[in-house]
Amino acid sequence: MKASAFAYHDPKTVQELNSLLGSLDNVRILAGGQSLMPMLNMRYAFPDHVIDINHIAGLAEVVMTPQGLRIGAMTRQRIVREHPLVLEHAPVLAEALHWVGHVQTRARGTIGGSLCHLDPAAEQPCIAALYDAVLHVSGPRGPRDVAMRDWVISYMTPNLEPDEALLGLTLPVWSAQGQSIGHGFHEFARRHGDYAIVAAAALVSLDAGGVVRRASIALAGVDVKPVRLAVAEQALVGHVLDQALIGTVSAMAATIEMMEDAHITPAYRGRLAQTMTKRALSDALNRATGGRNV
Amino acid sequence: MGARYFGAAVKRLEDPKLITGRGQYLDDIPMPGVLHVAVVRSPHAHALINAIDASMARGHAGVVAVLTADDLGEMARKPMPMMAPAPMVKTPLTQSPLAHGSVHYVGEAVALVVAESRAVAEDAAAMVMVDYDPLPAMVDLAHALNEGAAVANQALQSNLAGTLKGGFGDVAGVFAKAAHVFKESLSLHRGGCHAMECRGVMARPDPSGNRIDIWSSTQSPYMVRRALALCLGMDEASVRVTAPDVGGGFGPKAVVYAEDYAIPLAARHLGRALKWVEDRGEHFVATTQQRDQLWELEVAADAQGRMLGVRGHCLHDNGAYLPYGVVLPVTSMSSFPGPYALEALEISIDVIYTNMVPNTPVRGAGRPNTCFVLERLADRVARELGISREDVRRRSFVQVSQFPYETGMKARDGSPVSYDTGDYVQCLERAVDKFESDFKARQDKARAEGRYIGMGIASYVEDTGLAPYEGATIRVQPNGKVLLLTGAAAQGQGHKTVFAQIAADQLGITPQDITVEAGDTSLFPLGIGTIASRVAVTGGSSVHMAAVETRAKAIKVASQVLEAQEADLVLEGGFVKVSGTDRQVSLGQLALMLHGNFGQPLPAGIAPGLSATAFYEARQTTFANGTNLCEVEVDIETGAVKILRYVVAHDCGTLINPMLVDGQIRGGVVHGIGNALFERMIYDENGQPQTTNYGEYLLPLATEMPRIEIVHMESPSPRNPIGVKGAGEGGTIPAAACVISAIEDALSPFHVRLSSHPLSPQDLVKLIDQG
Amino acid sequence: MSELDHAQTTRHISVTVNGTVYESDVLTRTHLGDFLRQELGLTGTHLGCEHGVCGACTIILDGQPIRSCLMLAVQANGATIRTIEGLAQADGTLHPVQEAFWDKHGLQCGFCTPGMVTTLAAVLEADPTLDETTIREAISGNICRCTGYETIVDAALQAASRMRGDH
Repeated sequence: MKASAFAYHDPKTVQELNSLLGSLDNVRILAGGQSLMPMLNMRYAFPDHVIDINHIAGLAEVVMTPQGLRIGAMTRQRIVREHPLVLEHAPVLAEALHWVGHVQTRARGTIGGSLCHLDPAAEQPCIAALYDAVLHVSGPRGPRDVAMRDWVISYMTPNLEPDEALLGLTLPVWSAQGQSIGHGFHEFARRHGDYAIVAAAALVSLDAGGVVRRASIALAGVDVKPVRLAVAEQALVGHVLDQALIGTVSAMAATIEMMEDAHITPAYRGRLAQTMTKRALSDALNRATGGRNV
Repeated sequence: MGARYFGAAVKRLEDPKLITGRGQYLDDIPMPGVLHVAVVRSPHAHALINAIDASMARGHAGVVAVLTADDLGEMARKPMPMMAPAPMVKTPLTQSPLAHGSVHYVGEAVALVVAESRAVAEDAAAMVMVDYDPLPAMVDLAHALNEGAAVANQALQSNLAGTLKGGFGDVAGVFAKAAHVFKESLSLHRGGCHAMECRGVMARPDPSGNRIDIWSSTQSPYMVRRALALCLGMDEASVRVTAPDVGGGFGPKAVVYAEDYAIPLAARHLGRALKWVEDRGEHFVATTQQRDQLWELEVAADAQGRMLGVRGHCLHDNGAYLPYGVVLPVTSMSSFPGPYALEALEISIDVIYTNMVPNTPVRGAGRPNTCFVLERLADRVARELGISREDVRRRSFVQVSQFPYETGMKARDGSPVSYDTGDYVQCLERAVDKFESDFKARQDKARAEGRYIGMGIASYVEDTGLAPYEGATIRVQPNGKVLLLTGAAAQGQGHKTVFAQIAADQLGITPQDITVEAGDTSLFPLGIGTIASRVAVTGGSSVHMAAVETRAKAIKVASQVLEAQEADLVLEGGFVKVSGTDRQVSLGQLALMLHGNFGQPLPAGIAPGLSATAFYEARQTTFANGTNLCEVEVDIETGAVKILRYVVAHDCGTLINPMLVDGQIRGGVVHGIGNALFERMIYDENGQPQTTNYGEYLLPLATEMPRIEIVHMESPSPRNPIGVKGAGEGGTIPAAACVISAIEDALSPFHVRLSSHPLSPQDLVKLIDQG
Repeated sequence: MSELDHAQTTRHISVTVNGTVYESDVLTRTHLGDFLRQELGLTGTHLGCEHGVCGACTIILDGQPIRSCLMLAVQANGATIRTIEGLAQADGTLHPVQEAFWDKHGLQCGFCTPGMVTTLAAVLEADPTLDETTIREAISGNICRCTGYETIVDAALQAASRMRGDH
């Protein structure tokens, strides 16, 4: 299975990239290649132009900013998973990456690539939704920021004009401020490393009395975009987090409208959503309370 | 002479080159000037071909030729001969090397594009315009014989290829008198072989046109030679076929395919060396596989749960053609009655044509199918009567005192099927002892904690050492090293090591002193193929026979040279020695002597060369058996199944290399687990394959597979000189049944009854919720 | 699509493979696995699926195990690559992972083996303390159809032990 012919471009700067994107048609951007190369090899995609952005400096930095943890789009998943800033400020992202592909794919795959490919069951977009991430886009008309809730236009289609590219994202990390933050991530997949069928990510911030002051729950694999369980989050805030509440709130995950496909029924997807939410919240509770609550 | 290597876990001779990346698989073989082939394949499950316009493709830069059936002559249009006769099939359909007039499955080969590179050939393949008239596709096995069902081929009146019937005894009487009769509807699906190396064919015609060399990633180089000699109108001696290093076979690579015909035909036509390497996308649609069987069965049992009789019917999907005749459903039929001493049996199997890629044996062939249905019936008897599944088997098995046991079935040649040796009950006890004495107690405790664990059991008997023969030549070289030539090609089984072990013991040398060459039709004259767990028996026995003969000759000559009695001679360390003295002569010296020299006659009564050739003919099948037990845990919230433990009790007679046998068992079990839980080759109602990559078609990975504990029993076979029985498929045959049995046991609180595989987590959740 | 500019479909690359520097002109659409196999004649790296799942094509690039079918050859310009052919030492001494595969019967047909061995070599060189669970995760991106994985895991455990310096 050999790729069809294309013109290869390897811009060295964002300006060059913008210029190429503005002038070429039928283009694919080659980042980590773990999603695009299979499509090229299998001829599911046959672009006239492939723009390799691996040579643009400055797209793979991980830094703390006043707005949060900023991660460059070209940061390899392997690096994100092990990065001290991620482990400290957004450990749920590192945990999610344990489930992403395999050692070989994480060595090349990028967080930006996952955020642009937008498989509905992908883990990294789920975490971006969990945090209400801000995505940083660049194009000939200048840079713009896109809120994660506005990022997924439709099935596997990000909020990018044909002449724009994703440069990075910022996760507004949670700060403890006297509270105790716990995270959880659970995924149901057929085998290790497979895309999730359904995944749930959870963040809770508890006060000294174990009352939820802030909660975020995001599901992957239930819709074309990651879904925040806003109703469930509201049901958590102001209450002591315990297994009973987790049970009640998880049941809400089964009631949202589920996407359909040829293989997975909405009922089963709902069942998985409920189970993964419950497990993610349980982990979050354990972590927030130092394991005192089982 | 002691057995120093026979029975030992000798490290493989094959490995040093393979672990350093020096294997020579088909696509690795250097071939200067070779052109690359891409195959244009049918996108329709059933269609007429009106016209093929290759003009644009031919004009594409780098393209040397585009060849259709019309371009390659009558042999490209003529349906290929079936590899096994199927007299009960009224309209045997086989594929032509290239499609001519019609196509009958998505993936059928239509044209060859020959170019300077595979990439360019694929570019041009997309430019070949084929004008198809699509026809209705038959893919619904359950309704294939209904009035008005679409026929899978316009040459057919009905989709029924033929009906296999088998059985014995007074079925009506046994069922009428039985204390209990239970009915089961069972369905099962097996998938593809998915050897990690796909198929491939390379052909280089001799400029004179009188010879051709063919390489094929095949399990049967001799069958390829036979087929191509006929096809090309050449002597078999002029057609050299080599199976190079082959990256897995598992059955489908034993078939001689359209590409095995078309590539050499095209190479000869163009006068150029050509190579076609199957890619994984092609493997999904153009390499044979197994798919569905639908069974309706009844079992008759006595009041103590002893199984007395089984009767029923199967609908078997065999795909669009019968390249291998009906061997696949025949293996299902011939696997009855399994380990059970049934008094009566009546089975019919309707073999159905469909518009999907043909079905031929995949590891285990039809045997895992029959094992599944028999084991489900045994479990059903146990459940209904409230006795243990082990006890049903203990009571129903052929007992050790009954050996050799005539089952009542007839072999292909009409002779009665007779199980030679084994102790099926003892084998089951070994498995049970290894597993756990009181699983029930632990299961009850787990249930109280909300965890659902289950134990599964499955037993089988396997016919191995299939006729007719394999052969070997052993030749001692003047430098004392030994050359061993055989037709029995390998795809990872370690034949070279196993054969070297056998020969080394006889000749008093080390396996490392022996070079084994296999799979090259120019090196050894005759062979059959590596399938059906047959080579340890046939190849191994032939090596033993040749080694014994070579040894005898060495002793005879040495007795003259050393002036000693033959009885006083031993072979040790590469020498023939007079026991208790320091008189010796090396095997190399003896070989040199028997190579001769100008003007010097050889010793009287001795033929030239220190060598021997032997063929072992398998006139009677030998039967391996085993019992597997496994433990699973089912997550009832998600339906996920985790296999916690897997125990195999295995009897394949004498073990030549236990490490290699264990490898076959473990690998085989994992194929069966794949069939139980993961692998399904899905086609839609139009015959369009839906699972055509490894994201959609799930193979077992390291993270989900259990460790497999193995206990060996050895009931040697009296039917071959080394007492072995085959071991290549015994892991696969019971594994799906065992896993399904365990899941049913785990979910019994929910009254879940399992009658099919594969089962996905979603399937299980549905069953749990219904229960 | 109109005629493609040569400069956009062919590039010159310099790549170090198993210690040797190679200069080559490559078609930009050629993937790295094909480049190693066909241009450099290093056929030890195998292609099992060409869509990034089976792992047979795994090589070590700049210290990381990667799928060579999912990288364009042109992207390897300037990279340092180790393939299966380069894991043993110059005098033939096998890498501990290779040795262990031989000892433990970690291969049968050998087709997935180069990918398995290079993946494990890279992973264990980075961290030889891996246990059975983490070893199985490490090779979850490599499909074997022959062994059922158990002897591969046994080989990895033996190699890990040797690489830790256990006696």
